Formats: sequence, structure tokens, C-alpha cells
Amino acid sequence: MKKMGDMLLQENPFSEIVMGNTALVRAMVEAGTQVVTSYPGSPTPEIATAIRSIPSSKRPFYFEFSTNEKVATEVAFGAAMNGHLSTVFFKSVGLNVASDSLVQLSLMPIKGGMVIVLGDDPGANSSQNEQDNRHFAHMSYTPIFEPASPEEVYSFYLEAARVSREKQMPIIVRLTTHVCHAKERVRFSGWKPAAYDATPRFNRSEGPFIPITSMVFPKKRRALANLSAIMQYSYGSVLHQRMDHQNNRYGIITAGLPFLSLLDVLEKAGEQPDILKLAVVHPLSRNLVKEFLETHKQVLVLEELDNILEKEIKQIAYEEKVNTKIFGKVDAEDWIGEYTPDKVFDIMKKVWPGLLPERTEKKLPVQEAPPRPAQMCPGCGHRAAFHAIKKAISEQDIRVADIGCHTLGFLPPYRMGDMLLCMGASTGIGSGMSLFNDTRKVIAFLGDSTFFHAGLPGIINAMFNKHNLTLIIMENGTTAMTGHQSHAASGENFNEPVDAIPIRKVLEGLGIHQIHETDTYQMKKLTDLVKKAVDEPGLSVVIAKHPCMLKQMRGKRSQSGFQITPVEIQQDDCTRSYECVEKFGCPSFIRNKDGRITINPDLCIGDGSCIQVCPSKAIHIQKRDRK
Amino acid sequence: MKNFNIYLIGVGGQGIGLLSEILLRAADKAGYPVKGVDTHGLAQRGGIVTSQIRIGEKAHSPLIAEGEADLLVALERHEALRGMNMALKAGGTLVYYNAVWQPLDVRLGLSDEIGEEMIQEACRKRKITEIKVFHDHLSDARMQNIALLRAIHEKGVIPGLTEAHYRESMEDLMEGAMLKKNLDFFQSKIDSAA
Repeated sequence: MKKMGDMLLQENPFSEIVMGNTALVRAMVEAGTQVVTSYPGSPTPEIATAIRSIPSSKRPFYFEFSTNEKVATEVAFGAAMNGHLSTVFFKSVGLNVASDSLVQLSLMPIKGGMVIVLGDDPGANSSQNEQDNRHFAHMSYTPIFEPASPEEVYSFYLEAARVSREKQMPIIVRLTTHVCHAKERVRFSGWKPAAYDATPRFNRSEGPFIPITSMVFPKKRRALANLSAIMQYSYGSVLHQRMDHQNNRYGIITAGLPFLSLLDVLEKAGEQPDILKLAVVHPLSRNLVKEFLETHKQVLVLEELDNILEKEIKQIAYEEKVNTKIFGKVDAEDWIGEYTPDKVFDIMKKVWPGLLPERTEKKLPVQEAPPRPAQMCPGCGHRAAFHAIKKAISEQDIRVADIGCHTLGFLPPYRMGDMLLCMGASTGIGSGMSLFNDTRKVIAFLGDSTFFHAGLPGIINAMFNKHNLTLIIMENGTTAMTGHQSHAASGENFNEPVDAIPIRKVLEGLGIHQIHETDTYQMKKLTDLVKKAVDEPGLSVVIAKHPCMLKQMRGKRSQSGFQITPVEIQQDDCTRSYECVEKFGCPSFIRNKDGRITINPDLCIGDGSCIQVCPSKAIHIQKRDRK
Repeated sequence: MKNFNIYLIGVGGQGIGLLSEILLRAADKAGYPVKGVDTHGLAQRGGIVTSQIRIGEKAHSPLIAEGEADLLVALERHEALRGMNMALKAGGTLVYYNAVWQPLDVRLGLSDEIGEEMIQEACRKRKITEIKVFHDHLSDARMQNIALLRAIHEKGVIPGLTEAHYRESMEDLMEGAMLKKNLDFFQSKIDSAA
């Protein structure tokens, strides 16, 4: 078996099939990165999976999952100010959390260099929006390198780290979901472990590092000068790719994964437009763009999400008096979704209809498969919780959702989640919904990792300003949705066991007295506690606990001899109330054509949480000997 | 070689990732340029998971255009139909494991379960070669992916890939008892495909 950890530390040059996220970690090793931080979020958690594959005793850098993206950014920045090359990575919307610190970075001479790796999510594959984080780079005067493939993730990070260290400025490497998760064979250079001088090199005399009032201006001048220097550098950079087909009529400027979609589409085209594929997408090299525009009669700017390059390129054309016809976004659809080969085909067809053949309608009308939304796993404690909580509140009561596996509670059959903004927002939103409201009870859900991430300020505010709502903390002991990363109440961090910070004690410390707590499998008790809590004045909290069963089952399955004993339904006792399949809704139940309910043995984990929901007591754990 | 596109589809938890990585590595071992991409994150929780593999010099993006898969590998019957509609070209090949993990609407009584005959009918209409795989006595449901791999190999569905390529890929990705169990099953000669 090939061990990822060994591969990542290989000393001779080699090539291997890797995901973009894994290629990034090899680049960190080769670049001499010393400190890496993150908060888990798709599409980036597999970066940490690759880091974990290197045993901590051999890991050539420090890594931590911080409590949120802002803290992660600060830790990486602090380390870099001491001279250590650092990197922070997180998902698209993580940048909103990190932004208060991030926008300051370009003002600082960052001694060791700092690379910010973003996992943007065009297509909103696993995010609450598809925000284009290039806007933040513009706002914070931070350059962006944008790779299209695992091979480029590796080479662009190395270059970004080199330039960042040389210029002592932050640089963003912007990945997107299918760049992070793409797999291909990548060639890596050699790497020799070297002794590292870890002397803390922070030097007060190089400051001041306090940007206040007029002290902001020289720092801002430096940031802008740095940006100009990168623009100069970008003009000569070998990372940009130019595909020349001697076509003086059509040219295309693009970047990132849409470039690969474009190449696929052009396999179907007769005439081949020239292509300028940008690597450094901010700041844009004026001369590079100008030269490309001047040599083509028509240029299409093919860019995913927002029209950032398009505006800049049109500005350059205007100022440089270039008469090239420039096409950008045509309609709203061009702003929405990932630029897959299909999407790029449609866009090209709108702009240059003659270039491509007509789309052949390959599909014949056939029956559609019923939709399959994501759902909670068999045995999930959240399912038991939603089933119980639903019995404690009325239809008109307001349920505010938050981010986590429990977000899925908004789906049928539970319908426990009326609105959602972002991490940790539920208590604040619920507080607002409780104003001028004596008739509809307000409950807010919050996960345990999210409690520490961004949940606390809303809770403190609800206490401080005496808001009237019930907060239900869905505690499963892990950051489940993103792949079971530990958090402050887990009892371990990424590197070692630590004292857990008990959520209940934190709440008590805030002066909250109305705190109720139960395992969610005790559904009757949970229903009663929620009934009680929603009638209490002010802020009441219910901690609805059950360990993540997916995580637990993975642990158990890896032990030899472990066997699952699924539940079964005594058909003689079953009265076909369908409470189990329609209300409780565990995916292990099978609805047969003849109306019987049976159990899918491939899915049932034998947790037995469903037994109590059957009004006719027809569900039992299978007896071993009946097998 | 002309591009050869493989679209894999299943339900989160069925082991699509391992199967996909074996196929990807086998193509690489056979000397073909190959790219792939998997679903990660939220959808893995009991939702639809897909994986895409593209073999050939002229495959640039890891993403397969709609209706351009030469081979669809489905780990579940409903997903076989969904994958055919989304990805598989007319005249292509479907290899599916005849397991049913009922989607939500079926369990709620709002939709009918997709039957084997519906898959057969859809294949017939679109001249798709249908290879249905099912084993009555599989010791571990999580070996359904290897059952599919075996059928793919036995029927020679992917041009240019041999037993050695698949075996070496499995050896790259597994070890110990798990490797032995899966290799034994992969190499055993029970008649599997219907």
C-alpha cells in the first residue's frame, strides 16, 4: 500500500496521482512552510487529511485547527511576523469570518511570508452561497494566484510562497472545489529535510506595526507599491499560459478551471481562438492584457462567477485606446454556477455561434429518478432530537437553523429549520425574531463546533440584552459535516489530547441558569425539557447530546470481529402507522410495495433509536441466533 | 486512444471513492493520461455521490460533459437511472449493482421505487449495454464496489485495462486483511453478472 505520509516526505523527485489538496501539502513541505492553520470547511478539509498522514514526529511544520478562520489567520500572521513562512487555509465563506484580520495584512511587512489558500465554491456544492473571493483580494490589496489543476496547485503555491517571502507580503492562492478535488499525476521536485533556525525574529524597530489614523497612510502606500511590483512581476511570469493558434480574429482570456472546460469545448470547434490563460489574476498585468487585445479583433473574457476581469480588461482597453470588441457576461446565468464544459459551451455559443457545432440533443425522454437529498445518517442523534423537539413545539413556532449536519433538519419529514444565514448566526437571528413577539415561540439551533466558532457572541448578546428565546445546542462531540475534526469541547486538538472546554460550564459562566441537558436518544425526556424551556422567560438552553454515530461506527468497524445487529420489524405487531418511516425517517427503513416496512441491513447500524418511536412496539433488535 | 469517460454514481457511504481511485490508477498503470474528480463534503451524508474519470490525451477537464460518459458505473439502482439521464451517452455501457437504498420520496410514499425492468427499458431505448451485478451471499455489503470492479474487468468494459492493472491499483490503496479479502473476491471465479 502506498502511504500518503511517506510520499509527502519523499526526498528524491517523484510523481504520483494526487488530489489538488494533497499536492498543496507537498508544496508546503518543499517551500519550507513552518506554520499552517485552518478551520475545517469544504472543499479544503482534505488538506488536513494529507497533513495528518504525516506522523506528527516527522511533520516538518506546525499545524492546528483553530476555533475559527479569523483566529487561524491571526495565528498564521503572528507566526509569520516572527519570521516563519506560514499558511492559512479555509473555505470560501470562511473569508467573511477572517476578513477583519485579513484586510489588514497587506499593511504589514510580513517577515516570514504568508500564503492564504482559499477554497472557493462555484456551484455552491457545499456552501450557503457561491461568493467570489477575488473581491476581498481587491479590497485588501492582496495578489491572487489561481491554479487550474493539481499540478498547478503545487507549482503556484511554491511560487506564491517564494514571492510572499521575498516581498514580505500576503499572497492568496485561490482554489475552487474541483481544483481541490481533481486528481492527476503530478511531478514533484526533491526535498531534503534541513535544520531550521526557529529564532523568533520579530523586531520592534522595524515597526511601528500599529496602523492608526495617519500611520495608516505610509502602510497603505507600501501595500499599493507591492501590488505594482507584482503587476510588473506578473508580466514576465512563466505561470501564465498563452496558446497561440495564429488567430487574429478571436481571442479568449480566462483563468482557473474554466480554462480546462474551454479546452474540452474547443475540441469540438473548427477554428481555434488564441487563449491567454492567466495565473496571477490580481493585480492584472496591464501590458499582458493590452498586447493580447491589440492582436485580436474580438476577445471573450471567460471568467467564472463575477465580472471582475471583464471590468478591468474593458478599462485597460478604454485607457489604452484599443478597439477590440470585448465580450463578457451576457445575462444573469453567466454569473451563476460552475463553468463546467457544458456551461462554457453554452457561453461560447452565445458569443460566437458559428464557432461550435449545434448541441446534439442526446437525451431521450426517460423516467426521472426520485430526488435524493443529503440526509442524516442511520443512528444520527440529530434525528432523534428533531423527532422529539417537533413534539414540544407548535407549527407556528419559529425554528432558526445554523450550519452543521443538523442543518439537514430543514428537510422533510422534520421541517426543523425556517431560515439560515451563516455560522453561529442562529441566536442573533432568533433574538431579533423574539422582539415584539409574544405569540410565536422562537427556538434556535446551534452545533458544538459552531458554538466556539461564532456562536458565543450571539449567546452573550442574548443574555446581555435579555432576549427571549430557546437555544438548542446539538452537541455531537465533533465537527461532523466536514469530516470529524476535533473542536474545543472534544478533548483533543489536532496534535494531542487536551482538556475539553465543557459547553455547559461556559454557559453557566455566562450566568445562564436555565440550562437543560439530555442525550437525544431519550426522546421523551428531550420533548419534556424543550416544552419546559420554551416556557421559561429570557434565554433558555437545551443541550441535546449524542455522539456522532458515523464517527463512532467508523471506529468500531475498524475493530476486528465487530458485527452489527440490525433492528427488525415484527410484522404481526406492525399496525402500519408509518411513524418510523414517515416521521422518524431513518433511511434504513424500506417501504415495500405491499405496504410492509422492512429494514435495509446494509444501512441499519443497530443503534435502536427507532424502537421507541413505534406506537405498536413492533421494532426490536434482532436476536443474534436468528441470523 | 480516443477519450474514454467513466461516470460513477452512488449514495454516500457505498464506497464509491475506493472504486473510483482503483479505476483511475489502473488507467494510469496502463499508460494512459487520466484525470478524475470526486464529490466530497455535504452531499456525502446519504445524498448522491459521483466520481468522474477521464482517460485520453484530449481529456482536459476532470468534468465530463452531459451525456458524454462512455461508461456509467452505479452502486445503486435509482442512481443507475439518474446517472443514465445525466451522463451516459446513447450506445454506452451501464454497469450497476442491483442494490436499493430508497430515496426519501419513496420512503415517504410520494414516489415509486425504480424497478429493474425500468432500467432495462431505459437501456433498450438508448441502445445501452446493461450489465447488472448482484451477489446473494456477499459477506460484507461494503464489497459491492469490488463486485462491480470484477464485472468491469470480466466483461472487458474499459479498453486496454488488464487484471494486473486492477490488482496493482488495489495493492496501492489497501493492505493486510482488507486487501486480501478484496483481492480474493476480485479474483474468484463465481459467475456474478446476470
